[in-house]
Amino acid sequence: MQGNTTAQTELCRRAFLGHGASVLGGAALSSLLSSQQLPGATADAARPGLVRPLHFPAKAERVIFLYMAGGPSHLETFDYKPKLAELGGKPMPTSITKGQPIAQLQNKALKCLAPQYPFKRFGKSGQEMSTAFKHLPELADDICILRSLRTKAINHDPAHTFMNTGTTISGRPAMGSWLLYGLGSEAENLPGFVVMTSTGGGQSQPIASRQWHSGFLPGEHQGMQFYSSGDPVLYVRNPPGVSAGSQRDVIDAVGALNRGRAKTLQDPGIAARISQYELAFKMQMSVPELTRINDESKETLELYGIKGLDGSYAGNCLLARRLVERGVRFVQVYHRGWDHHGGVKNGIAKTMSLVDQGTTALIKDLKRRGLLDTTLVVWGGEFGRTPMAQGDGRDHHMMGFSMFMAGGGVKPGITYGATDDLGYHAAEDIVEVHDLHATMLRQLGIDHKRLTYRYNGRDFRLTDVHGKVVKELIS
Amino acid sequence: MTLSAFILTAVLVPGIPAEAEVPEAVQFNRDVLPILSDHCFKCHGPDERQRETKQRFDTRAGIERAASKGFLVSGKPDDSELIERLTTADEDEVMPPLSEKARPSPHEISILRRWIEQGAKWQDHWAFIVPARSKLPAGGTLDKLDHPVDRFISDRLQQAGVQPGPRADRAVLLRRLSLDLIGLPPSPQERERFLADQEPGAWERLVDRLLASPQYGERMALYWLDLVRYADSVGYQKDSHQNIWLYRDYVIAAFNNNKPFDRFVREQLAGDLMKDPNGSAAQVAEWRIASGFNRLNQTTSEGGAQAKEYMAKYAADRVRNTGSIFLGMTTGCAECHDHKYDPITSRDFYNFAAFFADLKERGVGQPREVKLPTVEHILKILPIEKELRELREILSGKDAKDTGEVGGRIAALEKKLEELTRSPPMATTIVTEPGKPRLMRHLPRGNWLDDSGPEAVPAIPVYFGKLDVGKRRATRSDLAEWMVARDNPLTARVFVNRLWKLFFGRGISSTLDDAGARSAWPTHLPLLDWLAVEFIESGWDVKGMVRLIVKSEAYRRRSVPFRSEAGADPQNHLLGWQNSFRLDAEQIRDQALAASGLLSGKMYGRSVKPYQPANYWFKLYHQSRYQQEKGEGLYRRGVYTYWRRSFWHPSLRAFDAPSREECVAERPRSNTPQQALVLLNDPIYVEAARVFAQKLIADAGGTPGERINQAYRRLLCRAAEDWEIETLVRMYEKQLAGFRENKEAAGKLVAVGEYPVAGNLAPEELAAWMSVTRVLLNLHETITRY
Repeated sequence: MQGNTTAQTELCRRAFLGHGASVLGGAALSSLLSSQQLPGATADAARPGLVRPLHFPAKAERVIFLYMAGGPSHLETFDYKPKLAELGGKPMPTSITKGQPIAQLQNKALKCLAPQYPFKRFGKSGQEMSTAFKHLPELADDICILRSLRTKAINHDPAHTFMNTGTTISGRPAMGSWLLYGLGSEAENLPGFVVMTSTGGGQSQPIASRQWHSGFLPGEHQGMQFYSSGDPVLYVRNPPGVSAGSQRDVIDAVGALNRGRAKTLQDPGIAARISQYELAFKMQMSVPELTRINDESKETLELYGIKGLDGSYAGNCLLARRLVERGVRFVQVYHRGWDHHGGVKNGIAKTMSLVDQGTTALIKDLKRRGLLDTTLVVWGGEFGRTPMAQGDGRDHHMMGFSMFMAGGGVKPGITYGATDDLGYHAAEDIVEVHDLHATMLRQLGIDHKRLTYRYNGRDFRLTDVHGKVVKELIS
Repeated sequence: MTLSAFILTAVLVPGIPAEAEVPEAVQFNRDVLPILSDHCFKCHGPDERQRETKQRFDTRAGIERAASKGFLVSGKPDDSELIERLTTADEDEVMPPLSEKARPSPHEISILRRWIEQGAKWQDHWAFIVPARSKLPAGGTLDKLDHPVDRFISDRLQQAGVQPGPRADRAVLLRRLSLDLIGLPPSPQERERFLADQEPGAWERLVDRLLASPQYGERMALYWLDLVRYADSVGYQKDSHQNIWLYRDYVIAAFNNNKPFDRFVREQLAGDLMKDPNGSAAQVAEWRIASGFNRLNQTTSEGGAQAKEYMAKYAADRVRNTGSIFLGMTTGCAECHDHKYDPITSRDFYNFAAFFADLKERGVGQPREVKLPTVEHILKILPIEKELRELREILSGKDAKDTGEVGGRIAALEKKLEELTRSPPMATTIVTEPGKPRLMRHLPRGNWLDDSGPEAVPAIPVYFGKLDVGKRRATRSDLAEWMVARDNPLTARVFVNRLWKLFFGRGISSTLDDAGARSAWPTHLPLLDWLAVEFIESGWDVKGMVRLIVKSEAYRRRSVPFRSEAGADPQNHLLGWQNSFRLDAEQIRDQALAASGLLSGKMYGRSVKPYQPANYWFKLYHQSRYQQEKGEGLYRRGVYTYWRRSFWHPSLRAFDAPSREECVAERPRSNTPQQALVLLNDPIYVEAARVFAQKLIADAGGTPGERINQAYRRLLCRAAEDWEIETLVRMYEKQLAGFRENKEAAGKLVAVGEYPVAGNLAPEELAAWMSVTRVLLNLHETITRY
């Protein structure tokens, strides 16, 4: 029954309040609060999800998920298929496609589309990658390519939801929310889970904010969106005409009046409210500092190929580095230009020109700052694309696709798993999305089966009732 | 006090099973069932596929079988194999198997032992037993209260030796009731009226006034709309606009007109199938609008989406949500396998889905909209038609000569009706359009591609019985009738429990979303049952239930203070006190607008688009443009705010408003810095602060103290204390000096928002007063209901 655990949590909470631990109280403490500010035991009581000690020694402390929305073609990025090249223009063998769910190619003749780019082997490891990448091959020995992903949804929306929450049913927590719930955040004055979408490149892929919502987890675990235009964080800017000093006076008066009433009202929520206002003010100060990049060298900007933060994917990659430097737990950067139903060749080239350099720069930058070891970088989309042609493009495909990971205790310079000869089915060492989640959690020191939350009478997990850690990926 | 000492105090609270003590008389469903559910049901419970042996522990038959096989030997725990298996050191024999990480605690085993000692008797889960009217505890309990609610609560308090708190201050009560019943702070007139009314019955009169206010329906609708996942967009992918706001208006009107809840249920589930014996087109239109309920699921128009897959998604969505909305049952897991804890089989899931097989809908594509008269219009027509019917009845029984007056009235009404119906205001909405039921199948493991399953035939979950429909196919009307049948154990309980939560901040059973085997044991089960029966026997009178609850002494007590000594009931389970809680997102907005005088009183109509940060929608889809309102549309109540499921309004979201994709029975109540940023910086709160300041300057006397006092009365229903006035005056003076030095800044600040700036005021003075009102709108007390 639910009663007892929540009852005890509540008791602990009140017990600590009774001690007069001033800043704690009311609702569970925001993930935005630094875990370092919390005395050990207290933190656990105020934040029931916190995994202390970790289930495993953590290899990674934070995650940057470079999310290629729309579904990048594995056949033009990481998974070369000579057999498909041979069969280009010829009918797709029905033995492969029979009874399979199909998206826009329903009731159409299914013909093979040959890989549109030559592949080459790169680095000492000899990793095979598409020549559509101009920058990433420099990191061939640093990345771990997965060629055998499989998902459960063939349309964008549910496939995004599945990749982010481990289920296609709406209303469940995003993985960043799970991480905040389980690990909290080290960021002092910034949210622990930040999401950025990028501009540029005719991005038409809708992405719903449920993809970073906390679902049934407490609201403080939801992802906060950072914007490249307007205010970087919603409502972070003072009203027009209100100086920092004037805003400070208002917040001080709010605090003074709240504190003064606390005695009469005897409401423990007041203490928490006061600390949230302090945090809000600090955020108002620190967010502009975060986005003022004049402390970045010219060389760094050149590395990313940007002149400043302009909302581009590459700019967001730089911001992602600045965020993890400040202790943010989970950063997700979307680029939404990968839905190449038609013109996959030119489409890939165009999107690559917007994504490749920023991605590469970010990993290099993390590496030279000594952050890559403890930062898990994941690159990939919600699904892959069909070996079959849709005109000169490719349709949605869920039975086999590729991603890559880097840093965070993942083996560098390896390729894991394989699809069949035509790149249709993941065939060797299949990695389900649940397995990816389980492995990511494992790198962060969490047993995916033990990070749970009771809702609707059931202990929910990010991995539902599935998921196995892919041990071969762990260095 | 140490932590362990604290927990020890807690376990002494009666009614909360103690970690260290085993109840004298073990109650199977309260004490034993949860243990079996946690440790045994996974393999010996409802899920057929997981059962490796015939032995199950989730049914009466299973417990009887266990007794016949020696697993349970009545009176003799030491001879019972169940205890042996739970406690053995033999790794092959021990239960649950060692692969299960959660192990039964010694305390749990003690409970099982005592249960066996006392006869190992089965008892159904509390929420599955048809509620009977509980016996009212004797009067003359410790506080001599006669209200039925109080008799139940006092009884528990007395048994536990817990002294209840005193009645709250009248002004506090006024604000509490006003926020609870109409979602707004009391108007200055109401405040004056109620505080002046010192006669007996003043409270009851206040309750009646608030229940009669049209704003009551708006407040109640807010909660219902979360349950039914009402939204102005389709949900998936591009999340395009859809018109279904007539349904929202229907809900508001239903609460205002106190539509009996059983009718409310029937109309939503099967309004499209209902026949009006009077042949009223307006009546049929209202029912059709109500039937939009069945179309509140998310839909897609995504290119490449397979219609068949999405038809399966919509069907599952309806089962999940209909189960949650009316029955408080979780059914979602039965889409792929039998429920692990509750008696909902996978077969039940698909048979339930088949009730909706007659809905005409597309798997992929924008839902079809139909044109219907507005709810406002229908509400004008229906009473006239009713009166006409009554008058004609009178007429038919009389001689012609006596009919002058009646005839005149009839003629007048007919004329009015004719005028009204000449060109009725119309709007488009989505309704249930019934057709021939399509063939639906049981989907093995939820796989929509698999056509091998048998045909699904409309039926309620087998555990709850069988619909008496003979050989004909059961319909949504039959389903609705079952929902509100006297022997349905769930519907009334679940609704009353949720109603209770609105007025006490927590349900009698705290799991509002789950009344199943894993629900929280109700703190006052006899009270819950009594209320459920009262609700049914009152003719499902919702306002009646609200009135009953808020007239109790328990409702009127002071909200629980934080006491360092914690007392015997630190969590206030026994309700010796009221609870305080943060207001809901929409209430916070409405309150700021109401206090400042900005709030529009306009009811009904299409959803409106208040201020929203530029580009908030842009991330969704590049064609998405947010067309912000001009004028009055900016100041409507939150219940009319446009609800886009993928990007619902960010300042409502900051205060935990849900996406409306799935049924939500209880919003979380978080406390985050984003909330501070919204109240400090969202233009609507800045504008409200300005209009509030303008009002204070215009209405109150000239002294700062008078103005501040009026602000406190409007917002918090109390006078300001001296130190509060001093704090604010000090800040005001500092701000004033600052704005005098920087008049341009003052000009910018007062220019926020569309509402006209009072021309007769110096901007620097207005700006400084705005700082005062901004502070007030940000107070913890302001956004809390005590």
